[in-house]
Amino acid sequence: MFERKFINGNAAVAHAVRMIQPEVIAAYPITPQSTIVEKVAEFIAQGELDAEYIKVESEHSALAACFGAVSAGCRVFTATSSQGLAYMCEMLPYVSGNRMPMVMAVANRGMAAPWTIWGDHQDSVSMRDQGWIQLYVENAQEAFDTCLQAYLLSEDSAVRTPVMVCLDGFVVSHTDELVELPDLQAVQQFLPTYQPLYSIDPATPFTFSIGVAPDRYMEYKYSQQLGMDAALHLIPQISARFAAIFGREQAGLIDAYRCADAEYVLVTMGSVTGTARVVADKLRSSGLKTGVLKVRSFRPFPSKALVEVLSQVKGIGILDRNYSFGNQGALGTEVKAALAGNTAQQQIINFIAGLGGRDIKPSDLELMYQKIVQAVELDTVAQPVEFIGLRG
Amino acid sequence: MLQIRWHGRGGQGAVTAARILGLAASVYENYYAQSFPAFGVERRGAPVMAFTKIDAGVILDRSEIYEPDYVVVLDSTLLGTVNVTAGLKPGGKVVINWPGAQAEQPSSSDYEYIAIDATQIAQSIIGRPITNTTMVGALSAATGIVSLAAVQKAIAEALPSQLAAKNVAAAAAAFNAISGRKHNAEFATR
Repeated sequence: MFERKFINGNAAVAHAVRMIQPEVIAAYPITPQSTIVEKVAEFIAQGELDAEYIKVESEHSALAACFGAVSAGCRVFTATSSQGLAYMCEMLPYVSGNRMPMVMAVANRGMAAPWTIWGDHQDSVSMRDQGWIQLYVENAQEAFDTCLQAYLLSEDSAVRTPVMVCLDGFVVSHTDELVELPDLQAVQQFLPTYQPLYSIDPATPFTFSIGVAPDRYMEYKYSQQLGMDAALHLIPQISARFAAIFGREQAGLIDAYRCADAEYVLVTMGSVTGTARVVADKLRSSGLKTGVLKVRSFRPFPSKALVEVLSQVKGIGILDRNYSFGNQGALGTEVKAALAGNTAQQQIINFIAGLGGRDIKPSDLELMYQKIVQAVELDTVAQPVEFIGLRG
Repeated sequence: MLQIRWHGRGGQGAVTAARILGLAASVYENYYAQSFPAFGVERRGAPVMAFTKIDAGVILDRSEIYEPDYVVVLDSTLLGTVNVTAGLKPGGKVVINWPGAQAEQPSSSDYEYIAIDATQIAQSIIGRPITNTTMVGALSAATGIVSLAAVQKAIAEALPSQLAAKNVAAAAAAFNAISGRKHNAEFATR
């Protein structure tokens, strides 16, 4: 049933797109995303995907073209990174505010200046409030699997919200590993053809993307939250359905690894989760009750699921591969807000690491766990926000 | 887990070699593998690194390789500028391209050096001094981590068809040269 391929995260996304069969793709190249849309273009050129590939002059136009195509009732796909996502920023809330289903792969990359092509989550995290669902993946297989699930989620009539599938630049996008590709038939069984609720049709005219006065605007925004609520409910169900069809366990909103009896838990997003699992295993074998909590869905944010896992934990580290200047990491803010008023006294440290592609080593993660243990033993946190791995 | 670090210069195909080894180990043997370049600035001629990890189970650790089991050096001139044995485990192997005309081969009591004139093999079989596939064949013979058959299938899959046959032959030539050497050494000690 599966074809085993040794490919990187970008190729995994491109293969997912080939099987999802969007009708329109519009994208502008930017490292580390470029090889996704190059591979998709190759599939179209070889006749393996029947889609319109619109070459555009910028990321802003790429998302505008996708917006137009989805408004006309097409399934669409795009991908970007870093400054390219920033250039799309103006179009992002047009897509989400009009409740258009769409999936965009974001190969995560740090923001200039200083100019960098390497990975962190600053690009997508800084687009947190544009009304898009954001799912972060750990490896190439999860990138493939999540793209399929993202379309089902986005196109659900109660959700109708665009989705960013975020994969770490280079660490996932450019790392080759084994990926199991299902056959097209199984994918089509999981993801039926897109049926738009409304689409542009001169025979039955609608107004799209209207302007509204203050007596209407808030209701539109409230309806977007209802879409997010529906997504929060649906993400675990879609993951379960995917697992039943393809036989691979899926994270759903979160993935709690060895957290059931854990005293010290590191909360992570993206590819560093894998390394953290290895470190947690190692520390377990030396007697420390360590666990890892992966946040797969950053928007909608799974506060309830998170509190259920973390409520009995003594010490929590929250690892951010991004930074909100003047405060702390974005995940730090979110996790602390979820826990506020919901749990007993806990020691919490927000760690910042891996910015601009700096490697997060197992020893960096061990150090984080050590700092959490120390905070619990001393019953105080010396430094609530700490950068790990800075040059000496 | 076995960890292999590749050293070359931009344009010599170290990243492709790392990928071919991972492909051979995962798709054509029954292991799990990861391969990736060192995420630095890449320019033609500048020192580059790439990594391959091979294990019997799923590889979760996504950090770079700091303590390799094996190191492969595609270009001996790197020895003057790059510490290719940095972090190499004691008893680890260094498989190095060592063109014949040069001075005495490197040696060490901490590591095993396996030298082969891959430039000559590549030049005579492929017609170009691009040694990456030759060195995958050499590594295969020197360590036994993957079979020559798996390496050859991986090269055939990874390279464009017009290049594949000669590169497959170059890998086999290096494999046979090192295997023959080992065989002779065993014979001599009997």
